[in-house]
Amino acid sequence: MAFAPSRRALATGAVVLLALLPQLPLPDFWITQLDAIGLTALAVLGLVLLTGVGGLTSFGQAAFVGVGAYTSALLTTRYGISPWLTLFASVAVAVAAALLLGWLTLRMSGHYLPLATIAWGLVAYYLMGNVEALGKYDGLLGIPPLSLFGVELRDNRSLYYPIWALALLAAWGVVNLLDSRPGRAIRALKGATTMAEAMGVPTFRYKVAIFVLAAVFAALSGWLFAHFQRTVNPSPFGMHMGIEYLFMAVLGGVGEVGGAFVGAAAVRLLEDRLQVWLPSLLGTSGSAEIVVFGAIIIAMLRFAPQGLWPMIAARLPAANRPRDWDGAAPLARHAAPAAGGSGPLLDVKAIRKQFGGLVAVNDVSFSVGRGEIVGLIGPNGAGKSTTFNLLTGVLFASGGEVRLAGRRIDGLSSRAIAALGVSRSFQHVKMIPGMTVLENVALGGHLRSTGGIARAMLRLDRAEERSLLSEAERQLDRIGMAALAGEPAGNLALGQQRLMEIARALMTDPALLLLDEPAAGLRHQEKQALGRVLAQLRGEGMSLLLVEHDMDFVMGLTDRIVVMEFGTRLIEGTPAEVRASPAVRAAYLGTEH
Amino acid sequence: MDASIAGILALDGVTSGAVYALLAIATVLVFAVTRVIFLPQGEFVAYGALTLGMFQTGHTPGTVWLLLALTAFAAVTDCIGLWRAGQRFAALARHLRTLALWPLLISALSMWAAPRHWPLLAQAALTLGLVTPLGSLVWRIAFRALADASVLALLIVSVGVHFMLTGLALLFFGAEGYRNPSFWDARWSLGALTLSGQTLIMLLASAALIALLAVFFDRTLVGKALRATAVNRLGARLVGISTETAGRVSFMMAAFIGALSGLLIGTTTTVFYDTGFLIGLKGFVAAVFGGLASYPLAALGAVLLGLVESFGAFHASAFKEVIVFTAILPVLLWRSLRDPGHEEH
Repeated sequence: MAFAPSRRALATGAVVLLALLPQLPLPDFWITQLDAIGLTALAVLGLVLLTGVGGLTSFGQAAFVGVGAYTSALLTTRYGISPWLTLFASVAVAVAAALLLGWLTLRMSGHYLPLATIAWGLVAYYLMGNVEALGKYDGLLGIPPLSLFGVELRDNRSLYYPIWALALLAAWGVVNLLDSRPGRAIRALKGATTMAEAMGVPTFRYKVAIFVLAAVFAALSGWLFAHFQRTVNPSPFGMHMGIEYLFMAVLGGVGEVGGAFVGAAAVRLLEDRLQVWLPSLLGTSGSAEIVVFGAIIIAMLRFAPQGLWPMIAARLPAANRPRDWDGAAPLARHAAPAAGGSGPLLDVKAIRKQFGGLVAVNDVSFSVGRGEIVGLIGPNGAGKSTTFNLLTGVLFASGGEVRLAGRRIDGLSSRAIAALGVSRSFQHVKMIPGMTVLENVALGGHLRSTGGIARAMLRLDRAEERSLLSEAERQLDRIGMAALAGEPAGNLALGQQRLMEIARALMTDPALLLLDEPAAGLRHQEKQALGRVLAQLRGEGMSLLLVEHDMDFVMGLTDRIVVMEFGTRLIEGTPAEVRASPAVRAAYLGTEH
Repeated sequence: MDASIAGILALDGVTSGAVYALLAIATVLVFAVTRVIFLPQGEFVAYGALTLGMFQTGHTPGTVWLLLALTAFAAVTDCIGLWRAGQRFAALARHLRTLALWPLLISALSMWAAPRHWPLLAQAALTLGLVTPLGSLVWRIAFRALADASVLALLIVSVGVHFMLTGLALLFFGAEGYRNPSFWDARWSLGALTLSGQTLIMLLASAALIALLAVFFDRTLVGKALRATAVNRLGARLVGISTETAGRVSFMMAAFIGALSGLLIGTTTTVFYDTGFLIGLKGFVAAVFGGLASYPLAALGAVLLGLVESFGAFHASAFKEVIVFTAILPVLLWRSLRDPGHEEH
């Protein structure tokens, strides 16, 4: 077998090389460039997390860098406070601004954040340029250098180390974060928030959290910048830089930690070269380079929307996660308040949903007992999936009552309903295609675990992580999909994706499980296997509500069936009663006139 | 501050608000029809003002060269695309005629007219004729191929377009600023207020354009097609509306509205190659007031923004922009309380 270094070995090698670089007889120009790249990459890293992974766009990153720089500059020059203390002040001011902006905008749909951050970037810039205490457009001069153990870090070679130490530490933290419980929740923010909420993930809080984290990285970069340049003025923190940070993230490859470094390096080096080439080519100086940048952005999005990093990653060895969770402690059961007690588990009374003049669900009532499988059937458009969405808080009912173990749940958010022990699958599969099947299923364990962002970044969450993955593997094994655990979920066939959704729902350890067409797309034998699993779950005391079109499957499995047509409940009864009902026949096949 | 100063400030605010209203409407239009958050809207404002400024000095405006260059670029890429799709010379010639006829005509006319110092209104008409097709070209070159991309991808392309248009403005117009003569020099005194002909023109032009747009959306087939596309792209396509045409028309309208705003605003302030961005962003703040969806609310927001700006400038002129852009915070708060719905793309 040929020698193939692992990714970890390559990363270690890169770090060692970076550590040795300033000791080599490299020209000062290159050290300065590397310092600038490290500083920039730190700020871009925040956007990789926010924009690339979380799908939220911010033009305000440069303003957060400026906040970090100006806070430290002001406190050190005016009040003589040590830079090591102002570090905390820089971060605190950025966090406060990010919390306010995030709280105002992140509840709404995605395009408000970019607009709000444009305004924020302009406000910050004009404040820096007009406030007397901040030196107006001249800025603040005479910022003290950092000192470490009594040694002042004045030149570019000595500053290289704190810059790259922070940048690499931040990168390590983000890599760890993405491979963790909060990381999976963050990866669900881009396009799968409905599903994530149904798994109990507080998506709004995670959006605010990554916006704040991005601001922290920017503030750190700004703090370093202030003590690196030893002077600050508004121009490096203006709107054009806010746009440029976003450009670097896109060029490097949004969503990839390596992309932050590649993007920052590519833009920095290109900028430098263009300043040499363009004047000799066009005879003009000035901003012909931004025309080139603009053209690159437009061409990139058209021809290589994934950015530069995938081209590099294709040459690197695959990142294989070692299977390290054998013998992990079992995951805590979900303390579902729904379990225990008497009476029907789910009691639906005259529930109703109107979309304008259309009554999609018209005063439907039924109940699901403990340890019972109830089928919800009816022709297409009967309102079955809408009913599901009403029961799980994805849609709010226009009228009626839903009780879970005697407690009213209509009007609760889908996250709150999930916390009460209700889980579900979706008619149109909702998953994170870029994550492995195992990770997708592990997302279902969100409410059974507690690890937060800080623990994940510092890798203090490994014991819980092993328990989560071990439990996810157990659930996949239960539905016969353990062999596909390492596959990206997007590669699965539709039937397998549906099974994966069931495993994810089981991962929440529910008292009531709602499955929307679980057997669609499955082959005969797979259906039989699924039926056995569902019957076994009933044996363990779980209650199930199924929407399904495969009548053999429904008739063979369910205890009772509710038939819906045009939004109303047609009849309710045992499978035999439903099969014999002329009304059901008419609903499906039409009547003779 | 007494009543007469308040009156003057209010008139000022409403006047600039009228221009922001035009930009806000263009922003809402482009977003609704194409889902593009069109940051470079303000660049068309600068292009309008600078083009007229160069006509005034008797030079051929840089817009002519830019228009010809973009047309040539679009012609070459389109022809390559058509050739690959199996089309041959007759089809290529037909396509080139629709693509290049107007740009060539208006460019030739502009070059001929520039040194002849035509009357102001005729030069303004030429300016509109030059800038409007730029909208269609920007759409062709940057956005057409990405019609189904995510809002985020479209936003980033729009950043690229902003970079290009700003850089090209510097290249084609130079770093010099232009201030254009007033369209109408009359003045009337109304108590302490002085109403100038220029103010009247700005108010009337905005009102007329808004009225025209209302008729356009309500009565014409193209206008209805744009509205249908805005409500549901797929549905519009299924009933035979070309979403391509809808996209192109909305960008042309955005360029036209931008250039018109530039003509109006260029008489009250000196415009540089990069002035437009900030003006366009004020249109955005106003558009956010309407949730990027409602035209009347966006126009109302624009007038309020103009008022905030003129009163803010009076009290703390250095912090004018700070006040204007901080105004988005209460607007966002109001909107988030009003419609907190999540949305997935």
